[in-house]
Amino acid sequence: MLKQVEGSISTAEAIGLCRPEVICAYPITPQTHIVEGLGRMVRTGEVKNCEFINVESEFGALSACIGSSAAGARTYTATSSQGLLFMAEAVYNASGMGLPIVMTLGTRAIGAPINIWNDHSDAMSMRDAGWLQMFAETNQESVDLHIQAFRLAEAVSMPIMVCVDGFILTHAVERVDVPTQAEVDAFLPPYDPVQVVDPKEPISIGAMVGPDAFTEVKYLQNYKLDLALKLIPELAREFKKKFDRDSGGLLRTYRTEDADMVVVAMGSVNGTIKDVIDEMRADGFSIGLVTLVSYRPFPAEELRKALSGCKQTVVVDRSFAIGMGGQLAADVDHALRNVDRAPQALSVIAGLGGRPVSRASLRGIFRKAKTEPWEGMHFLDLNQKIVATEVEHMSSKRRSGPIAENLLRRVSVAPVAE
Amino acid sequence: MNDATKEMEPTQKLKFYQKGTFTVGNRLVSEADRTVQASIDRSNAITCGHRGCQGCGEALGARYVVDAAMRATNNNLIVVNATGCLEVFTTPYPETSWQVAWVHSLFGNAAAVGTGVAAAMRVKGRSEVRILAQGGDGGSTDIGFGCLSGMFERNDDVLYVCYDNEGYMNTGVQRSSATPPAARTATTDAVGDEPGNVFGTGKSVPKIAMAHGIPYVAIASVADLHDLERKVTKAMGFHGARYIHVQVPCPLGWGSASHDTIRLARLAVESGVFPIFEAEYGVITGSRKIRNRVPVVEYLKLQKRYAHLFKNGDAPRLERLQKLADRNIAEFNLLAHEGNV
Repeated sequence: MLKQVEGSISTAEAIGLCRPEVICAYPITPQTHIVEGLGRMVRTGEVKNCEFINVESEFGALSACIGSSAAGARTYTATSSQGLLFMAEAVYNASGMGLPIVMTLGTRAIGAPINIWNDHSDAMSMRDAGWLQMFAETNQESVDLHIQAFRLAEAVSMPIMVCVDGFILTHAVERVDVPTQAEVDAFLPPYDPVQVVDPKEPISIGAMVGPDAFTEVKYLQNYKLDLALKLIPELAREFKKKFDRDSGGLLRTYRTEDADMVVVAMGSVNGTIKDVIDEMRADGFSIGLVTLVSYRPFPAEELRKALSGCKQTVVVDRSFAIGMGGQLAADVDHALRNVDRAPQALSVIAGLGGRPVSRASLRGIFRKAKTEPWEGMHFLDLNQKIVATEVEHMSSKRRSGPIAENLLRRVSVAPVAE
Repeated sequence: MNDATKEMEPTQKLKFYQKGTFTVGNRLVSEADRTVQASIDRSNAITCGHRGCQGCGEALGARYVVDAAMRATNNNLIVVNATGCLEVFTTPYPETSWQVAWVHSLFGNAAAVGTGVAAAMRVKGRSEVRILAQGGDGGSTDIGFGCLSGMFERNDDVLYVCYDNEGYMNTGVQRSSATPPAARTATTDAVGDEPGNVFGTGKSVPKIAMAHGIPYVAIASVADLHDLERKVTKAMGFHGARYIHVQVPCPLGWGSASHDTIRLARLAVESGVFPIFEAEYGVITGSRKIRNRVPVVEYLKLQKRYAHLFKNGDAPRLERLQKLADRNIAEFNLLAHEGNV
């Protein structure tokens, strides 16, 4: 049914339609509205046969999820930012145990300095944890990805994180087509676990594994994500057949045919980038876009194909590894390794801690990429003046923190926009 | 309100001919009154071949707890285990000692995993299945404390058993919040002005559990295995959150002879160092009376972790330890029936 609805609510409705059996809820901005919505639906009976648990922490949330999933229940939770870090130990544990938990990540920056707004630092912090990670571009895709996520996770018996940009998507009211229960039931059969902890057939789950088999366990975890690489496009095709929408898949291309420059990005920023591409194409600038949907598993082969014809690729990261560079940029570099005549790869770090990523800034940096390509990271809309002043002070006098407070004082005197 | 003056219901109505011991009961009592462990059809949930140390109090305690829980639930039991000695010595890949549905996740989350398993059973209509979560004192009173309190507060249908050996023994005997004062551990060495663990620290998790108002809280000891079995059986008669705290001597960590495990557990009880009581809905319903009171030094001197107290003749600190035991005796009225076995 088509409706104007807040992203968190349409996402919650989609999860409800997936007939979750156990939901663990712990509040953290900006994911909170999702579990609030689900809690209401469980109480009103809109979502039936479901245990909704108000836990004491994110660590407790994912731990309870581990228990219910190991016992064979379809299990869901949601978190953001510091919450994901607080449950980090359980994040690795869930994938090592092969439990098909579905978790929404309302993506958000990580402190300090504390910041509740959107970027991808939290998602990237867990990129090596063995979870599938898929990024929604719109609230429609968030709905559709969650429905596919349960199928996918249960098929390969691995947990999945559906990453939905905090505020930009979770709190945006837009047009979303929420499917009917019958449609979802036809796509998503009840969870049929292979192995559960059950007194009827007692087994030990979570035994200690030493050097004799640890490598093999890890290899098989990776193998499962390789399986997902094949399954994700199949599911997206089946989804399109049943719901008549292009959602999910490994990646999507936009005007990449004959493009000299191809941008690579994940999440909601793709909408803005598409507008910029249309404008620049109208001006005769040869540019296209790859929207990466599946970040883990990383679709290196498909990405190589999508980038095969271009001269330059500009990766727009919404986070970066401090002391190293953009994580997505590094992964794109990795995909292009050993490729003959690989495109020149450039890295842009944009929209940290909720800073708006404007069309004008993107247009400027894409043009600059063509005329004055750079090495390393380019921080989009960095206030050079303030940084330079602070760097100068640091070089003249040994300074300790709090750096954030120093900068804020300067920002209040000199506005951010140059 | 403190009902510690009441005596806990006796495990057996017999009087023993051997003073100060509980070990002679089974063949003298009727079949129905015998221990679960004495039964030929006990579940043997932790079977032989595990790598527990000689004289391990935790292996013994867990064996009685899980078998009693299996009997009480007609074998419809799922066990959730925290990381620690009990987990490590029972499941070296590819072997397992557990003849019961068993799951291990992390060090600090056994209570929360138990919550999740209980939720799954409820949603699947498996009301006959009961959950036992267990861990050591580190996994329960320290790193798993948040999850444990959450499980209590929500009154989730889980029995949590803490096997308290008073330190992080699996990692090489470090101090936990259950380590008693003056005890030497690898992180409270017997050097400096105040050798061993400092006084005035630590916490009573049974009392904290009671403060949550949960249906059942009990302290038990491997010195009295009849009583331990009875408490597990009783706990399984309740629904909601339940907590049993069992003292389990650790020969490795305490520096005691492996044949002294039961003796030490008994001395801890008989000296008042480890008071045995039970509570329902936040109110103490009874305590186990001391049968044959012994001075605290009798308990301490068998353990190398307290050797520094005797080597240097540390009378003031020995006195402080005696006072702590005296305080327990007064608080839980452990001498109310003195002379009446």
